[in-house]
Order: sequence, then C-alpha cells, then structure tokens
Amino acid sequence: MIDFRIDRRSGVATYQQIVDQVEHALRLGLLRPGDRLPTAKEVVAATAINPNTVLKAYRELERNGLVEAKRGLGTFVSRSLAMPRDAVEGPLGDEIADWVRRAEQAGLGREDVAALMKAALDENF
Amino acid sequence: MSTEAGIALAATGLGKRYRRGWALRDCTFELPMGSICALVGPNGAGKSTLMRLVTGLITPTEGDVRVNQKVAFLAQDKPLYRRFTVAEMLRAGASMNPDWDDTYAKQLVEEAGVPLGARIGTLSGGQRTRVALAIALGRRPELIMLDEPLADLDPLARDEVMRALLAEAAGTGTTVVLSSHVLTDLEETCDHLLLLADGGVRLAGPVEDLLAQHRILTGPAGLTVPAESVVDSRTTARQATVLARTASAEAGWEAAQPTLEELTLAYLRASKGEAA
Repeated sequence: MIDFRIDRRSGVATYQQIVDQVEHALRLGLLRPGDRLPTAKEVVAATAINPNTVLKAYRELERNGLVEAKRGLGTFVSRSLAMPRDAVEGPLGDEIADWVRRAEQAGLGREDVAALMKAALDENF
Repeated sequence: MSTEAGIALAATGLGKRYRRGWALRDCTFELPMGSICALVGPNGAGKSTLMRLVTGLITPTEGDVRVNQKVAFLAQDKPLYRRFTVAEMLRAGASMNPDWDDTYAKQLVEEAGVPLGARIGTLSGGQRTRVALAIALGRRPELIMLDEPLADLDPLARDEVMRALLAEAAGTGTTVVLSSHVLTDLEETCDHLLLLADGGVRLAGPVEDLLAQHRILTGPAGLTVPAESVVDSRTTARQATVLARTASAEAGWEAAQPTLEELTLAYLRASKGEAA
C-alpha cells in the first residue's frame, strides 16, 4: 500500500501532495487498478495531518476519474496512469536515452536538457 | 431547524462576566460537524471560558451557545487520580458516564502501550494524556473539546497524541476543538480557526478561506495600503511588510498568501498592539 510523505516546508498544499504522490505511483505502476488507498484514519495515524485534507485529496482524485470511493469499503484505484510498456522499454525509450547521452557529450547541463525538452513539448505536444 | 443541519456548535453574542469583568464578549461563530478547529489566543483571551461555556460547566451572562452534538471535555489539568491504576481510572470513567464504551476505551489505552495495571502517578506525561484522552473518548462524544492537550509534552509525545486524536476523529467523524499555544502544532492539523483576544473573536472560519482572504505584501517603504485592510505591518528603512485583509495584490507590492502561523501571529500582534 502507498505510504504518503508530507513535506511541511515545500509550500505545496498538503492535499495536493497526496494527489501528486498517488498520480506518481500510478505512473510508475506502483499503484494499479483495484488497489485500495489507505483510509483517512490510516493516513492520519501515520502523518498527523487533518483527516479532511486526506478526504479532499481523494475527492479530487475521484473527480479526475483515477479512484472510486466504495461506501463502507474504502477508496480504490479505478484507472492506471502507467505508460505502455513499449514506451518505457521499446524504441521510444531507447531513442530518448540515446538523445540525452548525446546532449551530455555536447556539453549541455541537466537544466539545459530539461529546458530543451520542455520547449520541444510546449511547441509540439 | 434546517439551518442547523451539519452545524456542531454555534455561538451568538455569547458573553461571560465574572466579578473582575468580562472574560468573553460578543462571541459569534459556528462550526460544522466533523471539523478540526484550532482555538488560539493569548492567556486570558477567553479560551477556557469559551470551552467551559460550551461544555455547560458555566452558564453565559449574555447571548447563547447551541451544541448539537454530545460533548466531551478534556481539561488542561487532565483530572486523573494519581493513586488509581489505569484500570481503576477506566472503571471510574465507566461509572460516571452512562453511555460508556469500555471496549473502545481499553483499546485506546492498549494502542497507547499503557499497561492497565500501572498507577497513574508512575506514567509519563504522554501516557497520562493518552489515558485522559481514552477516558474522554470512552463516552463516544460527537464533539470533543481539549484545552491545551499538548502542553507539557515532549515533541515525540506531542506527535503521538496528535496522531492518536486525529486518527480517532477520522475514524468516527468526531468534531474536535483544540486549544494550543504551539502554532506549528496546528498548521497541518486544523481546518478551522477561532482566534480570541481580550475576550473577543478576532478571526473565525475555515482555514483555507481565511488564508485566501489575506496577503503578505512586501514593498518599498513609503508605499501604502488602504488602512482598513491592514492587520499588521512592519517597516524598515527601505522595506515595508504588511499583512492585509485583501485577496488582490495592491499596485507596486509583492503579494504572497500567508501560512496559518503567519496569519495567526499577525492577528495576535495586532491585538496586543491595541491593548497596549
């Protein structure tokens, strides 16, 4: 089951941190459809945050169609965000790994690469 | 009354006068069921008076307070008998409360890792608080009021007590009103704020709304903000920092939403300035 880590100094709203962490786990396939999210009580017992904050995060995830609350049973993942396997391990993944290596050899820094990637995304995606 | 639906607690023009003067006056607010409310204010602001009015330990001099849920109160001195064992203390709790849930109270004590046979006097501050909390929750309240429950506890015990309290609130939907001097304790835990100073309400409402209604403005000294929106301001030779009740950025100022601690401190400072 997913374990939330709340960073009180990040400046990101607590409920948003929970939403982000669930989405991140879905993208990485750590959470899959049918998995149950921890109850508000379980999250609160571990992190000492406000239970209504947890419920707010779950409502937001539900609005986005990622989870479904089943009365009396809990909140369950209903949709995956995991990328298709071939995207990660197939030619697309290989090509971008190769491109990043070449960018590094060309003397670009990590931020330069990220900026180039963002510009390309903004322009074409 | 349909307007009362979902309201745990509502005060209207509530006031209490003792022989030495008003301890609380013109206190008006309402609190939805299931909320976790921080009650904040300097010593003598009227926090304990308000809690005692809500729990019915004292009667108002004027105005009224409506409590729509079954209340439990955990007083600051955590009334426990030092010579009693934990089990005896729970039995005392049972005999004083007709709707006592013994299984639940024992479970809470067990979760706290406190042995039933231990004498109250031998327990640590954190353990004593957990026992007092178990007794307060043992009557299955729908609204629990805690007066400085975290005072005198070390950071680890504070964290444990807070987690236990919030987990129970999450599990049962209990409304919680909690007073504390330690503002950082409240930042992530409370969704409502009630700030008292000099016996009056200075700020009340959902935390999220209150934060959205205020901005910390920084700008060059000499720049001004409409006086009626200023809560608290500090000026150095070149720079002014103002906490203002405004949702928009005033021209020329850098605006940021305050944290709950910044907001609370600004109001506490402002009320101290008025009193001086």
